[in-house]
This record gives sequence, structure tokens and C-alpha cells, in this order.
Amino acid sequence: MDSFIEFFTTNYNMITIVILSIFLGIEVISRVPSVLHTPLMSGANAIHGVVIIGAIIVMGEAEPDNYLALILGFLAVILGTLNVVGGFVVTDRMLEMFKKKKK
Amino acid sequence: MQDLLLKISYLIGSISFIVGLKMLSHPDTARKGNLYAAVGMTVAIFATIFLYTNSEGQPLGNLIWIFLGLIIGTVVGTMAAKKVQMTAMPQMVSLFNGMGGACAGIISIVEFKHLMHAGTIEGEELKALTILLGLVIGTVSFFGSMIAFGKLNGNINDRTLPGQQIVNVGLMLIVVVLLVMILMGGIADPYVLFYALLAVSALYGILFVMPIGGADMPVVISLLNSFTGVAAACGGFLYDNPVMLTGGILVGSAGTILTILMCNAMNRSLVNVIVGAFGGNKAGGAAMEAGGAYKEISLSDSAVLMAYSKRVVIVPGYGLAVAQAQHICHELEKVLEEKDVDVKYAIHPVAGRMPGHMNVLLAEADVPYEKLLEMEEINPEFANTDVVIILGANDVVNPAAKNDPASPIYGMPILEVENATHVIVNKRSMKPGYAGIENALFFQPKTSMLFGDAKKVLQDLVSELKNM
Repeated sequence: MDSFIEFFTTNYNMITIVILSIFLGIEVISRVPSVLHTPLMSGANAIHGVVIIGAIIVMGEAEPDNYLALILGFLAVILGTLNVVGGFVVTDRMLEMFKKKKK
Repeated sequence: MQDLLLKISYLIGSISFIVGLKMLSHPDTARKGNLYAAVGMTVAIFATIFLYTNSEGQPLGNLIWIFLGLIIGTVVGTMAAKKVQMTAMPQMVSLFNGMGGACAGIISIVEFKHLMHAGTIEGEELKALTILLGLVIGTVSFFGSMIAFGKLNGNINDRTLPGQQIVNVGLMLIVVVLLVMILMGGIADPYVLFYALLAVSALYGILFVMPIGGADMPVVISLLNSFTGVAAACGGFLYDNPVMLTGGILVGSAGTILTILMCNAMNRSLVNVIVGAFGGNKAGGAAMEAGGAYKEISLSDSAVLMAYSKRVVIVPGYGLAVAQAQHICHELEKVLEEKDVDVKYAIHPVAGRMPGHMNVLLAEADVPYEKLLEMEEINPEFANTDVVIILGANDVVNPAAKNDPASPIYGMPILEVENATHVIVNKRSMKPGYAGIENALFFQPKTSMLFGDAKKVLQDLVSELKNM
């Protein structure tokens, strides 16, 4: 019980963010017309590329002689960037087409 | 001051993700929403590079390598995303999703090594749990996405091992056991357990997606998408990083809801999709012996039939997408309109390989938005439609979904094309659709088959119509 209380108090802010974000995610997506499901999935795909920040931290904190961390970190940065950039560009390409027909 | 700036940047990032997702849910603002989210992401990334300090106040090092990685990723990612055909979008999303999963997995590997520097994880169990969850979810997401990519790309076929479900459940149990063993400590070499966990997660990711096929593929991609979101959120917990946390959880929850929405569109539960994979359920098709005679129709007959109709409804499917026939399809629609035929498109929510796949494809060909009708809108209209032309769609028009309880797709809402006067089906052959089941519609008296590649057939139809 004690450890639970400790966990709860030290991570109170994080837990709040998690719970609110869950509801926000549900709220935001339940009103999407099915036409936009694919671009939305793709956009969400780009957003979880935010994991790149973790990769940057790993890379930035790797000691210069820790080759394994350097190599893995470098790889993680590339993969994360691919996720972010590729995700946003693909989404934009899809949405570009939706725009054209609006003229 | 530096810390304050970093916090503000992260706040900007979080807000931009929320606003971006919100705007993505409306056609008029979607593109701007995507842009906002991208700007927020850029702010968060550069703020991390220049403003982040660790607990000892040290800024990040290895900046050259970080930038090199960013540049390589940007160049390759942009080129891949720009070059990909619209029809290959689903694979592409799956591929990028896998990259994110792999990124999360790698972070966990490095962080686990950091953690183990002290020799034991005692007192750091929570941190260890976060790292391990990130590893498991990221790895499952990566390997699952790669299999999904291979399947959609046609490199990998659906395959079900004997006793697949038991194997999958067993693997999941092993994952849990390994997690507990690492957290308890002292049972075995933690590194051995850690790599065993990595291997089992990888195997699970592969076997989890392997048997799933057909209309279920988009559901799986969407599910894996939300997995990666959760893996990113684990990283957020690990680094106490609010923007990773909000971004990850947002995608995790939104992705889950999207997955459920897709399941609903097929009238199936998520569990059913994951456990009772389409491909592994062929025994249910006993009542599907609808076989028999089908009749073919010639191109010119089809052209005449359509030209003298009042109302034509086009039902696009995956066949249209693979044949890249969206532009010529729009051409057909225009030619028919010139002949005073009312043309509409019937869009099934899961036609193609992803929800909205057909909308994206037809929008690319400049088909006006109002012409694309969703299932609920178009279904009552079939009764006074003269000709329905089905372009490479199959399962979404299979009447078995309505009247054959033994069919694996029973209960899935379909386009009720059999209410129309004539049905022309364009397919490459009589082979069953992706769900692997026969379609009784093709053998009905009012149905005529028009075999051939969708693009070729449409081109010929258009020229026939123009010469009339």
C-alpha cells in the first residue's frame, strides 16, 4: 500500500496527463467522418513519432566511448525521423488531394 | 531560463498535437492541422536538442551525430513519402509506424543497459517496468508492422500455424513471466532474460499479424499504430517528458478508438479480429456452395447498358486501387454524365485496404466530394438504380454477409447492390476476394461479369462510350 501511495504522489502529474490525454484522444477521434480515417491514422502515426525525442536524449547522453549506445542511438534517431517526416509528408500528400476538389 | 524555455516548447508541442488531431478530423482544416502538428513536433525536437539538460545540468552531446541522423531520416523519409503511389499508402503508413516502434524498442535497449550499470534494478523497478514495456510494445509494433507491410505489398501470404491461437496466448504468457522475472531480480542473468524478452516479443509481433488477412488488415495497422503510441508514452514516463507522454497517449487512445470504429464498420469485435482470423476460419463456408453458372458481358454491351441508363452507381474496391484506375474511372463518370446519366460512387467503409482508402484515391482523381456516398446513404438508392458497376470490390458486396450465418463475414454491413436492375462486376478472374470466400452475387441472374484489369476495361469502356 505504501509503495502505491508513493508511486501515486510522485507521479501524480504524469497520471493526470495520461488520463486526460486518453479522454482527449477518444473525444477528438469519435467525431471524424470515415472519409478522413486514413489521413487521420496517418497523422496520428506521425505524431507518435514524438518518440524521436527519446532517441535524441539517448544519443545526446551516450558517452563518446560507448559505441553500442552511439550506434543504437544513431539508428534510433534515423528511424524516429523517418517516422515523423515520412508520416507528416504522406499525410500532407493525402490531404492535398482533398483540398483540390474544393475549388 | 533554459529549462523554462524547454517547458514552454514542450507545451507548444503538446498543444499543437491536440489541436492538430482535432483539425485533422474536419475536411476543411485537416491539412492545416497536419501542418500545425508538424510545426509543434519540430519545435519540440529542436528544443530538446538545444535546451535539454540531464539531472546534472549537462547539455546533450554528440550533436553532429544527432543532426546527421535527422538529416538522413528527413531526406529518406521525404523521398519515400513523395515517391509512393497513392495505392501503396496503407503499406507506407505501416512501414513508418514500424520505424517508430523500432525507435522505441532501441531506446529501451540502451536505457536498460544504463539501468543495469548499477548491477541491479532494485529500487528502480518502476523505471525498469517502463523500459521493459517500451521494449515489448515497440518490438511487437515493429515486427507486426513489417509483416503487415509485407502482406499489403504482396510479399507475404496469410499463414496460420496449427494451434496458432494457443501459441499466441502462450507467447503472451511467456512475455509476462519474463517481465516478472526481470523485475523480481536474482532469478537469472537479467541480460539473458532481457534478450529473451526481446526475442519473444519479436516472435509474437510476427505471429500475431501473420494469420490476419482480408478486410482485417486496416484494423491491424490501426491497432499497431496505437501500440506505437503507447510505446512512445512509455518513453515519456521514462524521461519524465510531457510532450512524449501526451503525444503517445493521444495516439494510443485515438488509435484504439479508431480501431474499434473500424471493427464496428465490419460488425465484428476486436477480439474476433485478433483471435478468429479470417484466413483461419474457412470451415465456416460450408453453405457457400453458391457456385454454378455466371454470365459474361462484352464491353460494348456494358457500354450500351450504361449509356442508356438513368442512374449508374460505381462501386470501387481494391481492384481499382491496384490497377491505378482512379483517373480513368473519373473519366468514365464524366463521359456518362455528358450522356445525361446520373453517376454516383458507393463507398463501403472498409473498401480497399484502409478505411477511407477509396476516398483518398478518388479525391486524387478529382472526383467531386458530393459524388462519393457512404454506405448508409447509398443503400436505399440501389432500388432505383439501373446499373451498378463494381470495380474490383468483392467482400463488401457479398450477400452472404446478410443471409448466410455460416459465412465468416456474416453480419458485416454490405452495399446492397443486388437491389439494382443490373449489376456489372469487373474482376480479373473468378478468384474469391481477400476474405477467401465465394460470392453468390456473381451467380445471380441480374449479374454479368466483365473480366479484365480495371484500368484496361475502363479505358475500353470510355472509348466505346465516346464512339457512341
